[in-house]
Amino acid sequence: MLTLENVSVNYGAIEALNGISLHIEQGEVVTLIGANGAGKTTTLRTITGLLEPKSGAVKFEGKLTNGIAAHKLVALGMAMSPEGRGVFANLSVRENLEMGAYLRNDKKGIADDMERGFAMFPRLKEREQQKAGTLSGGEQQMLAMVRALMSRPRLLLLDEPSLGLAPLVVHTIFEAIEEIRSNGTTILLVEQNANAALHHSDRAYVLETGRIVMEGNSKELAANPKVKEAYLGE
Amino acid sequence: MNWVKSIGISIILIALIYVINSAMSSAGFFGFGIDDYYSRLLVFIAINIILATSLNLINGFTGQFSIGHAGFMAVGAYSSAYFTVNYGKAIESSLAFGGETIASGIVLLIAILIGLIFSAIAGLLVGIPSLRLKGDYLAIVTLGFAEIIRIVILNIDSVGGATGYQVGGYANFFWVGILAVITIVIIHNIVKSDAGRALVSIREDELAAEAMGVNTTRYKVISFVIGSGFAGVAGVLFAHYNRFLSTNDFQFIKSFEIIIMIVIGGMGSMTGAILGAIIVTLLPEMLRYLPDIQIGATTFKFADLRLVIFALILILTMILRPQGILGTKEITDFFKRKGGLR
Ligand SMILES: Nc1ncnc2c1ncn2[C@@H]1O[C@H](COP(=O)(O)OP(=O)(O)OP(=O)(O)O)[C@@H](O)[C@H]1O
Ligand SMILES: [Mg+2]
Repeated sequence: MLTLENVSVNYGAIEALNGISLHIEQGEVVTLIGANGAGKTTTLRTITGLLEPKSGAVKFEGKLTNGIAAHKLVALGMAMSPEGRGVFANLSVRENLEMGAYLRNDKKGIADDMERGFAMFPRLKEREQQKAGTLSGGEQQMLAMVRALMSRPRLLLLDEPSLGLAPLVVHTIFEAIEEIRSNGTTILLVEQNANAALHHSDRAYVLETGRIVMEGNSKELAANPKVKEAYLGE
Repeated sequence: MNWVKSIGISIILIALIYVINSAMSSAGFFGFGIDDYYSRLLVFIAINIILATSLNLINGFTGQFSIGHAGFMAVGAYSSAYFTVNYGKAIESSLAFGGETIASGIVLLIAILIGLIFSAIAGLLVGIPSLRLKGDYLAIVTLGFAEIIRIVILNIDSVGGATGYQVGGYANFFWVGILAVITIVIIHNIVKSDAGRALVSIREDELAAEAMGVNTTRYKVISFVIGSGFAGVAGVLFAHYNRFLSTNDFQFIKSFEIIIMIVIGGMGSMTGAILGAIIVTLLPEMLRYLPDIQIGATTFKFADLRLVIFALILILTMILRPQGILGTKEITDFFKRKGGLR
């Protein structure tokens, strides 16, 4: 579904990604783990078109997407829940979700998807008219996830959905990820919570200072002594 | 509020403006007259409402930071004035069959169109390069543009250069008032439309807006061009009401005054911008009537200190309400019953 071939990305003179390659197949949950500053967010932004690679190829469903603007890639079927959630603080929960469906015109379908999102996170339903900026961190994360789903993406990209959340909320979020995948959506999950991410994914990539240093089956990686030491704190 | 409703309200407002305008004539209206001083204040309130609501579209709703609104006002003022000074009389006489009022009205409408187009084009030229980039380039570029345009005009002798430019008095309160209403209606409906929601999402989080499928560059440019175009309209009205243009009217201080209006009223609030325009126009005038106070042998002439007091009031407002008087709320929100959990 998605492939990155030798992708390098620079911020000015700073090299953030140094020739990374990865692939995601239809229906998979793939996780990308790595320390702070490894380049995880940069990878997601490159995939979603917010950043343009210096070299290499990004292909989505066989189509080369390098240089296509982010707002056009949404129409092709990918959506992102950005790092730090990026909810529209002065808009209500409902309005945020409507923005998620910005490119859609099917009122009925939008309403159905919104109800589906509310069913996934009933707390959002209770806060439908509340301004997103007044939600708790966990609720904002739920909102960001449902908002991304509102464009009916085939590929969902999540940037650290569990960041700064209490264990119980983290659990809720990962349950939702399972639910989303069972509905047939392919997911690329960026996480620092390597434990949970490896537990809830099929395959994983380990990113270190702009390079992919390990990849493989999530269960196998979770058992790998190097991963255990560096990312699972064991 | 949809177009039908806003047009209904506009018709009522325009009728009101007509009545007030009639009262401004020397004969007055049913014996009541509004003297020149108050007429002038009303006209400037209306012009400032156009300036504030249009800047609010850019700065308040879209979250960009233009600090050169007076520059676009100048483009509208001078381009339209050049037209009326050189061609106004000829057009009027060729339209004489329709009566004097209609002929001069048509000249003004053409002038408004010219001012609108020229300032919108200026907005496009300034906006495209500076809004493609993320960050505060717009502030720097608009500041520079406003100064450059002023100095360019200062050096064009055919529009008066440094001596100023005599312009025909085609505009009165009726016209200025109608255009203020039209501006409010158009900008209000933009803000309430899907496009308006896209603009607000850019203000809230540009990256996220882009990730939702909003063509952020395009919307930022559209918002900026519309805002600048209306600044031009305000310029046209100012030129043809004031009957005299000087580049001093469009200095940085004027841009700043417009920013103060929206900051005081509440950035991102339609009624806030209107309120801000009224306050910033009226307050310095009202302070003229401050009484002298005699303490011992010294008399304090507070009226002489009116600009200092005005500044102090503004500072105090910002300390007490940093989000502006209305914040992002509308006056009407305060009359609505709050629904849901708060
Ligand atoms: N806008 C930017 N300008 C310059 N350098 C940047 C920018 N954004 C990120 N970087 C740099 O690129 C590198 C990768 O950053 P990135 O945000 O992708 O890391 P990350 O893996 O997402 O980290 P974290 O887990 O802390 O979110 C870092 O060294 C960072 O300093
Ligand atoms: Mg990151």
